[in-house]
Amino acid sequence: MHSRYDKLIFELSSEGKEGYRFPETGVDNADALVSLPAGMLRTDELSLPRVSEPEVVRHYTLLSQKNYGVDGGFYPLGSCTMKYNPKINEDVCGLEAFTGLHPYQAEESAQGALELMYELGAMLAEITGMARFSLQPAAGAHGELAGLMIFKKWHEGRGDGKRNKILVPDSSHGTNPASAAAAGFEIVTIASNSSGTVDTGALRLALADDVAGLMLTNPNTLGLFETEIREIADLVHEAGGLLYYDGANLNAIMGKARPGDMGFDVVHVNTHKTFSTPHGGGGPGAGPIGVAARLEGYLPGPVVVKDGAVYRLAPAGEDSIGKIRGYYGSFGVLARAYAYIRTMGAEGLTAASETAVLNANYLKELLKGKYRLPYDRVCMHEFVLDGLIEAAEGVATLDVAKRLMDFGYHPPTIYFPLIVPNALMIEPTETESKDTLDGFADALLKIADEAICEPQTLHEAPRDTPVRRVDETRAARQPVLRWEQPVEKEAE
Amino acid sequence: MSVYLPITDADREAMLARVGVPEIDGLFADIPESLRLREALALGQPLSEYEVMADARAKAAKCRPAASLPCFLGAGVYDRLVPAAIRHLTQRSEFYTAYTPYQPEISQGTLQAIFEFQTMITSLTGMDVANASVYDGASGCAEAMLMAVNHTKRKKFIVSETVHPEAREVVSAYAWSGGIEIVSAPAKDGVTDRDGIGRLMADDVAGVLVQSPNFYGAIEDVAGAADAAHAAGAVAAVYVADALSLAVLKSPGESGADICVGEGQGFGLPMNYGGPHLGFMAVKQPLMRKLPGRIVGETVDVDGRRAFVLTLQAREQHIRREKATSNICSNQGLNALSATIYLSLLGRDGVKEVAARSMANARYLKERLEGEGFAVLYTAPFFDEFVICLPSPAADVSPALLERGVIGGLAVDGLAGGAGGAMLVCATEKRTKAEMDAFAEALKEVCYA
Repeated sequence: MHSRYDKLIFELSSEGKEGYRFPETGVDNADALVSLPAGMLRTDELSLPRVSEPEVVRHYTLLSQKNYGVDGGFYPLGSCTMKYNPKINEDVCGLEAFTGLHPYQAEESAQGALELMYELGAMLAEITGMARFSLQPAAGAHGELAGLMIFKKWHEGRGDGKRNKILVPDSSHGTNPASAAAAGFEIVTIASNSSGTVDTGALRLALADDVAGLMLTNPNTLGLFETEIREIADLVHEAGGLLYYDGANLNAIMGKARPGDMGFDVVHVNTHKTFSTPHGGGGPGAGPIGVAARLEGYLPGPVVVKDGAVYRLAPAGEDSIGKIRGYYGSFGVLARAYAYIRTMGAEGLTAASETAVLNANYLKELLKGKYRLPYDRVCMHEFVLDGLIEAAEGVATLDVAKRLMDFGYHPPTIYFPLIVPNALMIEPTETESKDTLDGFADALLKIADEAICEPQTLHEAPRDTPVRRVDETRAARQPVLRWEQPVEKEAE
Repeated sequence: MSVYLPITDADREAMLARVGVPEIDGLFADIPESLRLREALALGQPLSEYEVMADARAKAAKCRPAASLPCFLGAGVYDRLVPAAIRHLTQRSEFYTAYTPYQPEISQGTLQAIFEFQTMITSLTGMDVANASVYDGASGCAEAMLMAVNHTKRKKFIVSETVHPEAREVVSAYAWSGGIEIVSAPAKDGVTDRDGIGRLMADDVAGVLVQSPNFYGAIEDVAGAADAAHAAGAVAAVYVADALSLAVLKSPGESGADICVGEGQGFGLPMNYGGPHLGFMAVKQPLMRKLPGRIVGETVDVDGRRAFVLTLQAREQHIRREKATSNICSNQGLNALSATIYLSLLGRDGVKEVAARSMANARYLKERLEGEGFAVLYTAPFFDEFVICLPSPAADVSPALLERGVIGGLAVDGLAGGAGGAMLVCATEKRTKAEMDAFAEALKEVCYA
């Protein structure tokens, strides 16, 4: 049963309603605005509603019911690691002593928060095999940008400023080339070989004295481990470049292998993927970056250090790339990641990666009879199917995805990576039971049959969702990007 | 076995059999032998949730937050009243355990909330189009610079000295990596020197960034800066770090800004030791397709029902890769939801009340401190923050204030010149007369006792 509620908050507004009562302060505020020159004040009416608290609560509760989240169902969105978000994490970050801390409070009055950040940095360094972490980046893409700035600064510091190219595989996340471009680099794309991994021959040809480095996800976006990673790292380093690890897929290898040992120089982790912090409908996440020892001084500042028994925020050194956001990091998100790592411990994290990989391989086996599997080998935490093996004319991957919603599942990532034309990228994560995987596979197999016998069902899907397929073309051609007060109501 | 992993031993055996691999280790055969970790990570034993909470509480006990002490720190992060309903609603897991709304049919909750957020932000800023949010205000300033450069194809950007120092640092880092030259516009008496901006303007300048109210609390002449920018064909960007000021001050849009970025923490978000907060970003129509990040648009579904969907995606990294307007992928979705709920609860009248109460408190505090003999450094009209002069460095004063149970303002000692100090002080609507009296008396005691 889905909510058909369809009001905007503005459409509930009536003059005379209030949703918040202020406490007594003892200060009269009647003349406050008069203290400013009239020309500094706004005279227009704000497009904010006038609603009571129960109406606000019901409105957003009803909206929440039009959303699909991990708590409500299976969410195998490839490359996004939609694992369970533990409830204790929310309690930890919600402690008033943390939420009520101002970033400019004296360090003495924030020792517990600094201690948490220090310990989290050390734990992330241990998990990834890096020397030191900065918790500052606000997201994975933000970590990439910071990492690439480090590349740039490192090369410049060695008088090697001509290195203006970044290599990315053709299977990479869109953020990789976008971040490299934002950091002022030119992008060179490296083809994948027939096994779905980096073509080392193509890499050799691309490596030159103007290459700053290579960005790599390992396992890559096809869910395949780059078996030649040591050779790749050596090639890049011998050519004077650095190696960047996109941590989007770290969930596959915790306790099994470490990017630092593979030769990566800079690593970001997505706390909202690997370390169970909520995706929040698009954020906030966090993208801490770790570096090899020779790059420590390049990290954005400040970094938390321990002086005897006291924690301090050490300002950035002269090699540092500077700051890339305000203050020290998304503390509330980092506190959740900290709670998760403490909950799991070494053996729990290893078990998480093992189970994530087992779940992906099992699901792949259940599906490969009816869906094309372009790289038929043991996968890591995710796998990519290339659409249906057999289907009626006109049935596309998009239709399969939309039909899945009628079965109560969130669809996988579709049409990514770009090198698989009809891609269904499936990442079940470790927090799903065998029953869930079996049920999901049954649904996809039934859809495969429908694709042959009753394609119309797929074209018309979804049927049972709060809205059905939406007109995206209209949204883009005639953009309506905010609510406007209807004309007849303007007189109120 | 972790309580978060629902696979039993029997399941594992059956699943491995189906995969055709006898042991879990066989699934990791692609990892070269030399790279396999042989020893457990040094992370300690798994903990129960009871133990994790005890550890967190022990850390919490080593903090003395504004939650328990009156706080006169502002400087971009504000200790404001936060309605209880916000946390209850944002803790609905349909919201917080969802991802970016790529599948609109089952993401209308997130999408509609963002659409409402965009509507509120455009109204508050006086702009035409807002995005779904960016990381924070400081990085939003850098995104504004990149937009201006992208739009004008010029590589020089002017930043006022009165912009928050952290935002200036972030802008500088982005500028350095993007090959953009930053020019500082000088300040005079705590506000941007308008003539200074005029002198710096030239036909190779992409844009100018001013902050209002500025870092020192003063309200800037945004229209003057915008006019100077436009005369040179450059883009005028305004940073609003104290979001509640928008409720009563003339909007950046009305003042002629082309881009408005802001820090939305004041809209119902806890201070959280500096994050996560909420960057917002809005522009005039001509810059719409240059905006970074997610944008939600209204449309209809196949049955003609109103529906919302991510739109104008041709700007974004997952479509355009290196040609995208920005590398941003995520937004601050859940925090944008908090802000939307805050702005709904407070409403059209409530946000003005917050602003008026903050202004009234700040004015009371200013008079009270002046009454104790502390001079105010700048005379420009201010919102709810101002700089006071101290006989000794504020950096030395703050610890003594903390001993007396007050979180004092931010040390900005360099401003005063000479041996004295200076402190940037903020009074939000949350402060009471009694707290401000206590602060004034504590400050007198510390400085003159």
